[in-house]
Amino acid sequence: MYVVIVGGGKVGYYLAKQLLQEGREILVIEKDRKKDEALVAELGEISLRGDGTETWVMEKAGVARADIVVAVTGDDEDNLMICQMAKAKFNVKRTIARINNPKNERIFKLLGIDITVSTTDLILAQIEREIPTHSLVHLMTLREAGAAIIEARVPDESPAIGKTMQDLNLPDDFVMSLIIRDGKGIVPHGGTAFQRGDEVVAVTTLEHEHLLEQVLNGNSKNMEGA
Amino acid sequence: MKVIILGCGRLGAHLAQILDQQNHHVTIVDRNSDSFNRLGPDFRGASVLGVGIDEDVLRRAGIENADAFIAATNGDNTNAMAAEIAQMVFHVPKVIARLYDPAREEIFRALGIIETVCPTVMSANKITELLNGKK
Repeated sequence: MYVVIVGGGKVGYYLAKQLLQEGREILVIEKDRKKDEALVAELGEISLRGDGTETWVMEKAGVARADIVVAVTGDDEDNLMICQMAKAKFNVKRTIARINNPKNERIFKLLGIDITVSTTDLILAQIEREIPTHSLVHLMTLREAGAAIIEARVPDESPAIGKTMQDLNLPDDFVMSLIIRDGKGIVPHGGTAFQRGDEVVAVTTLEHEHLLEQVLNGNSKNMEGA
Repeated sequence: MKVIILGCGRLGAHLAQILDQQNHHVTIVDRNSDSFNRLGPDFRGASVLGVGIDEDVLRRAGIENADAFIAATNGDNTNAMAAEIAQMVFHVPKVIARLYDPAREEIFRALGIIETVCPTVMSANKITELLNGKK
């Protein structure tokens, strides 16, 4: 597998290092001379100096035979350009882009970039995890499939405590798939009752993801499908 | 017509003045407030300070009701992305991006998402015409 990484900053560097350790064939495209030299000194001859948004640089890098192109520069517009050109001109199957402004995720998806990683979103998710009032954490959103995997903690005063899955009467496209109780995972069934402090992982359509919060925090009056 | 121009450089400012004189409703966006000085005292349009690939900035410029969007910053990648946002997210009826790089322009013309103008190709064509003695 050949992976081309565009952007040899911190993200690009550690990604390259990790992939090299896994024995992958990689190339990093970096336009800054100092960063390029540092990459060569640290990791060997795996760096090409140039602007990764230029077609001739991409040709030199052999992007056409790359299995994956990863765009991790600090600029969203450059990362989008890299991924679009990799797909349109070089027929690269998989493109992964780093996004700095989370709002840009939509345009990347609309333009068919396979995977986007938003550092800002990752940190936000981490904050959501730490702050109990914001109880819903997105573990993964599969926008094309219209589904999400979400996680929430059962609050101390939750009306769901003592109730079973069956009692909650959830729609078919909302599945409670895992309960983490005292550090152990339990695969729940219809008769499993919630306890205080349970961490609940659910697989749901995007349309119904709000149900988890409703069920655990009370206001279930406008619960759909109930 | 309500037109949004991104980038108040030579092309953006010049275009803004022409369209303003033609009584179009022009809003120009640039991330550097100094560049609005290029518009001169007679310009009657609006100016918005901000980054053109930010949906919130584009909304502030009134993109939701715009008839046309022109991306004319000096960065090809910014122009392509801003134009794609105007087209795909805000469904602006007419979207044009200036791309200096002929290679990139060719790819985006083939993609057909946005309309493109490449001054490099246009200048080169004109210069070769002049050299070869055509009118």
